[in-house]
Amino acid sequence: MKSDNVRPEDLQWRCDKCDSDLVVGSINVAYMGNRFTADLPHCPDCGRVLISEHVALGKMAEVEQLLEDK
Amino acid sequence: MDQNELRELESRCIQEEPPWCTAACPLHVDGRAFAAHIGEGRWEDAWKVLRRYMPLPGILGRICDAPCEDSCKRSEAGGAIRVGALERACVQIDPPEIRILPMPSKGKRVALAGSGLSSLTAAGDLAGKGYAVTVFESGRRPGAPLYNWDPALLPPEVIDDEVDALTRKGVCFETGTDVESSAFADHCLDAFDAVYLGLDTVSGRSWDLQRNDDGTIRADTRTCQTNHATVFAGALSSSPVWQAAYGRWAAISIDRFLQGVSLTAGRDREGPFETRLFTSLADVSPLPVVSAADESAGYTRSEAQAEARRCLQCECMECVKVCAYLEKFRAYPKKYAREVYNNLSIVMGEHKANRLINSCSLCGLCQQVCPNDFAMQDLCLQARRAMVDNVKMPPSAHEFALMDMAFSKSERFSMARHQPGHETSAYVFFPGCQLCASAPAQVESVYDHLQSNLAAGVGLMLGCCGAPAHWAGQRNLFEAQAAHIQNQWEALGGPKMILGCSSCVRMFKDHLHQIPAVTLWSVLETHPPTAAVSRPASPLAIHDPCTARHEAEMRDCVRRLMDRSGLEIEELSLGREYTECCGFGGLMQNANPELAGAVAKARAGRSDSDYIAYCAMCRDNLAARGKRVIHLLDFYFPDARFPDPAARPRPDWTQRQENRARLKDRLLQNLWHEASATMESHRTIRLEISPEVAEQMDRRRILVEDLQKVIQYAETSGERFSHPSSGRYKAAYAPYKVTFWVEYIPTGDRYVVHNAYAHRMEVIGP
Repeated sequence: MKSDNVRPEDLQWRCDKCDSDLVVGSINVAYMGNRFTADLPHCPDCGRVLISEHVALGKMAEVEQLLEDK
Repeated sequence: MDQNELRELESRCIQEEPPWCTAACPLHVDGRAFAAHIGEGRWEDAWKVLRRYMPLPGILGRICDAPCEDSCKRSEAGGAIRVGALERACVQIDPPEIRILPMPSKGKRVALAGSGLSSLTAAGDLAGKGYAVTVFESGRRPGAPLYNWDPALLPPEVIDDEVDALTRKGVCFETGTDVESSAFADHCLDAFDAVYLGLDTVSGRSWDLQRNDDGTIRADTRTCQTNHATVFAGALSSSPVWQAAYGRWAAISIDRFLQGVSLTAGRDREGPFETRLFTSLADVSPLPVVSAADESAGYTRSEAQAEARRCLQCECMECVKVCAYLEKFRAYPKKYAREVYNNLSIVMGEHKANRLINSCSLCGLCQQVCPNDFAMQDLCLQARRAMVDNVKMPPSAHEFALMDMAFSKSERFSMARHQPGHETSAYVFFPGCQLCASAPAQVESVYDHLQSNLAAGVGLMLGCCGAPAHWAGQRNLFEAQAAHIQNQWEALGGPKMILGCSSCVRMFKDHLHQIPAVTLWSVLETHPPTAAVSRPASPLAIHDPCTARHEAEMRDCVRRLMDRSGLEIEELSLGREYTECCGFGGLMQNANPELAGAVAKARAGRSDSDYIAYCAMCRDNLAARGKRVIHLLDFYFPDARFPDPAARPRPDWTQRQENRARLKDRLLQNLWHEASATMESHRTIRLEISPEVAEQMDRRRILVEDLQKVIQYAETSGERFSHPSSGRYKAAYAPYKVTFWVEYIPTGDRYVVHNAYAHRMEVIGP
């Protein structure tokens, strides 16, 4: 998953707890014993990751399906 | 499943069995494909079919006596397809070009006596395999006996052409040889590795061979071998196609003999045989045979096309015709069995049949219509169990349904009590989870009715029969639930169960048969409630649940109840033991929601009448497709909130859980005067959700409770994202293997939900 997953509007969200703007960077994700990285928006201070609707229902769902059938 | 089980299973599906014409033809000409090509005007393709199966097609295509016609299925609906006449029409068209590839010589010589159809066939086949072939003919030209045919039917130049083609293939012809002389026999035995005597044109009287009672040469009917190992003979027949077939079988035997391999292995289905195919004529209208304007000239092209289009294109497909699921995956059970087997066998790579395995509703209609008892539901359930055992089941396939089952098993819904004021129970009412989820008020009314009408105590058990675990292939989970039911039942003193759901009936019959059980319907028959709703003006079409397929008594009982109440009933074209699934069965709805929607829609479209169902899940699933449908209980125990019960919408998944939880709370309070359990703190969080968002949440299988947990977590921990321009917050929480996201705005004492979605992938962090 590359940074084309991140849309400009995703970066209008801010980390409420840290009062920080989000940055895009490499994030570890895992499913069914497979671990890989993807560029996703997250808080530079606490590391909390924002998963947008289009990522959750698009690329993520697609990869979940692929791994479930592996 | 091992290879043998797979083969046994595959052999049950007869879709790939040859059609009757092919099975009856000594040469197994594919009459079905041939007729299909002609029907579509693909003459060159039709020619290629003949050439593939038929030796000397220019000749045989004109004079074939077509024994296939006697077996043609079309003969039962207007008259057999005139395959012989179609062949004749086809071969009158110029044949497509073929290239003759010279074969490397096998270094063996074969002599063929006579040049009738059988010898010429054997010669062509053997030359094609690389043998040095010589045809001996007593007449003055090769193929001499064939020139006796009526030239209008078989023109001499056609014979010339076929003989010429054989010559180009490498066949040598020696004419003017006295093939009946003993000198010829000696020469054959001396100079050739094998000999074939075409008994359609030679007698072989000078050969020293064993003979039949009538003096003809005795040869094996299948291999054509005589008592002299190198001498083969056959074609004692006046039928052209049989003569050609003998030549072909002799060529196979000679080839095998000269290679030193078995003459008989794998030849069981050579020549005519009984096909196991089934083709229904139920929807076939009779069509008369097309006659040729000039029968002596045969069919014109357009006449042939019209005749060929009468071909039924025989196949079975009985199950696929009645099942959207089987149709969806574009094949038939024999192919599916192989795909499922491969799916279970592979270690690495993509499991391509996961969706096939998990989409089946397990309804069993395929087996009901199959002439050979093929049960797709058994195959799929067996595969699901293997996948669960091998930890290969995709988590998304059934998890939501299993979570819902877990809810039904939990303290929020599950309970077992004697009737208030009773120490023992003669009966116990088990309404099932989804009737409580769909129509909790009716469950209360029914229980009230049972208590008033049955003596000696009617207890109540709320819970789940375990069907979702069974359908998901989760044997351990199912057995645990069955044991739990058994314990609850024993604790109540072993009363007779009154079951309100046909899926429960199935589970109890198959897995809890030690527990005596009756259907709610049979109790209502002996203790009838007063019908409270006026009879509808027009008949209701009755929808039997797929779990009632083998429950003739339950189906009849329901009909008697309706009849006694004066309800006018319409039977659907696929009803009773041939009923279709509503789309929920076998957890199809979980694994393949799109297909389940299509199945429900198709079922709803079987009749324009309002439906009457007696399974709560069926009712709700059909209602979700906009079908007007009532539940049988709506007729006896109406819910005042729904004056038009046929229009009652399907409660969504959140409502289905709430209905169950509140039903238990109400019953505990009102009947047993027990306080309900304290509500978990997250459930006190008030959400405002628009119908559009609620509808989307239901499709995404997100419960209100899931969002309450997210918001509780976010508001307590402060771990949320903010969107300054809209004032919205976004937060996530994973109460189990699914992470839920919610976008919301805190407003006074509640939270307005703007969006919700979920994913299964675990986000670890930077």
